[in-house]
Amino acid sequence: MRKFGAVLTLMAILAMIVAGNAGAATKGIVIDGSTTVGPIAKSFAAYFTKKYKVPVTVSESGSGNGAKSLINKSCDIADMSRSMKPQELAAAKSKGVNPVQSVVALDGIAIVVHPSNPVRSLSEAQIADIYSGRITNWRQAGGPNFPIVVIQRESNSGTQETFKDLVLKKAKVVRTAETQASNGAVKNRVSQTPGAIGFLGLGYVDSSVKKVAVNGVFPSVVTVKNRTYPLSRPLFMYTNGRPSGMVAKFVDLPKTPEGQRIIKELGFVPKY
Amino acid sequence: MNGDVASNQSRSSEFIVSAQKHKIQKIKQKAGEAILLLIASFVAIVVFFIFWFVARDAVPFFRLRGFAEFFTSADWYPADDPPKFGSLAIIYGSLMVTLGSALIAVPMGVIASICLSDILPFSVRQYVKPVIEMLAAIPSVAYGFFALVVFAPLLQNNGGPILMWTWWVIAAPFFLLAVIVASELLTTSIAKESMKKSAKMALNIVLSLLAILFLYVVGNHLQGLVIMSGTNALNVSIILSFMALPTIVSVSEDALQAVGRELREGSYALGATRAETIVKTILPAASSGILAAVILGIMRALGETMVVWMASGNSSSIPVPFYNYLDSVRTLTATIAGDMGEADQVTGSARFHVLFAMGLLLLIVSFVSNLISERIVVRQRKILSGQ
Repeated sequence: MRKFGAVLTLMAILAMIVAGNAGAATKGIVIDGSTTVGPIAKSFAAYFTKKYKVPVTVSESGSGNGAKSLINKSCDIADMSRSMKPQELAAAKSKGVNPVQSVVALDGIAIVVHPSNPVRSLSEAQIADIYSGRITNWRQAGGPNFPIVVIQRESNSGTQETFKDLVLKKAKVVRTAETQASNGAVKNRVSQTPGAIGFLGLGYVDSSVKKVAVNGVFPSVVTVKNRTYPLSRPLFMYTNGRPSGMVAKFVDLPKTPEGQRIIKELGFVPKY
Repeated sequence: MNGDVASNQSRSSEFIVSAQKHKIQKIKQKAGEAILLLIASFVAIVVFFIFWFVARDAVPFFRLRGFAEFFTSADWYPADDPPKFGSLAIIYGSLMVTLGSALIAVPMGVIASICLSDILPFSVRQYVKPVIEMLAAIPSVAYGFFALVVFAPLLQNNGGPILMWTWWVIAAPFFLLAVIVASELLTTSIAKESMKKSAKMALNIVLSLLAILFLYVVGNHLQGLVIMSGTNALNVSIILSFMALPTIVSVSEDALQAVGRELREGSYALGATRAETIVKTILPAASSGILAAVILGIMRALGETMVVWMASGNSSSIPVPFYNYLDSVRTLTATIAGDMGEADQVTGSARFHVLFAMGLLLLIVSFVSNLISERIVVRQRKILSGQ
């Protein structure tokens, strides 16, 4: 009886392995990467599957993981909220992968605070000072006498890296900064914490938090598109070599009216 | 003659058959034993391999960066250029939330187990114990979600009053008990019955007043506290203590039950009250089991990942002052979980290996504390059984 059980277990494991391989071998498109690009990819996938009857799987594991998946050839498209780093390109080259970049949409990183916070505008320098710990009280940034709770993202987040590149340059984030694992978690914490400041992809901002103008410019579709808003960036999809077939159709969705409608609906800014 | 031979033959063949059967049976038995041994040793082998593989990936980190930075610096900037891997604050954070949860869970768990085993009637215990054990069945991500979405805002908005009321609810009965016991103990030497009674009364009143004053002063201080961020060491400690409770209650209740009727009845027969029986007879006899329960519970808190990742705030700094549970902290487990995604050979190998160094540290800590508890249990058993 025990033997029978063991054999059954073994068979089940084998079946799972086989099924797993079979899944990877079908003609579907596998997408992995940024949690910022993820919602776009998912909406594209729903539309794409309905239109072309091609299954699309979308995972959101962060830009770094997306790049890794593409380099390891375990995905067809890597969603990234930043360009590939030189190390990643080198790693790709060494594995015979040729990453090709296409822009999906534009994204603004919104600086958000608690709705009760009267601060309306911050300069880039002030934001950098807050995140590097030189400013610790809202009074020093034109607000009430209230300690600032700094909230950042985990180091594997593309939004975090873009924020660091755009705002902090070489400065370090203050040690006491709280670290959250996703856009949703940051929004949740900011919306509940009176002294909090955080940053979000523009698509994640809703009325539960308050957007702050940067250098006097509010983040919006218009200001991101005309590049007057300083904290904006392109979002990418990376493919191995020039995309062809179904993958090319997928990557070109942002150029179609339907794709642009989806991008706008999600709060991002179409590039085309 | 012929028949005789035939019967002889048949008997010898019968003998041979049974010998063969015996042999087969023996082989079967050996094979069965071998399979069982294999399965049993599989667990040991898994433990060994975990140690081996974690250590193998941890060693390169120390070879690259040395020991000093990891253990003495609090600068944790793994993604910066140049990276810094000072983990002191993270190690401290782990110890802090573990200690915090132990401070809450151990007294609560042990008292609850005493209540379950020696005070509540069987019919009630039957229902209460499964309910407590149900706490263990809730997935840790659900605890984490609760901590982040419900408990953290609650702490931020009403932190002071919550702390004050918790302090009163927990400390008041404790102090009441302490006052009664203290006045009882202080008056045992008084021989005269009437004097003893009045002395006890006076002591009760004086001590109660002192206790109330103390409770009030501390409570007032707590009420004045403002919690800037609800995702902090206190939040995590409380949630972790609830996660450790079922382990502590269940295992120490089993230990208390294992003490047996004889000891209890012997104690009662000598004229001991129920309180004396519990404190002087049952608890010492069950202490090794209770200790094992406590260590299991603490290990649960140290190893927990999801809750601390979601609700500790993850700031890699040592709180100021160092005992400030209202600051947010980052733990070893949360760092491993949070950094694993990016930490690959692609982005620089020290960053990958440092996570294994942390894993190794966790493994060693739990291994050593398990060894220590084992030693204490053995010694306790010797003391109880021997001389």
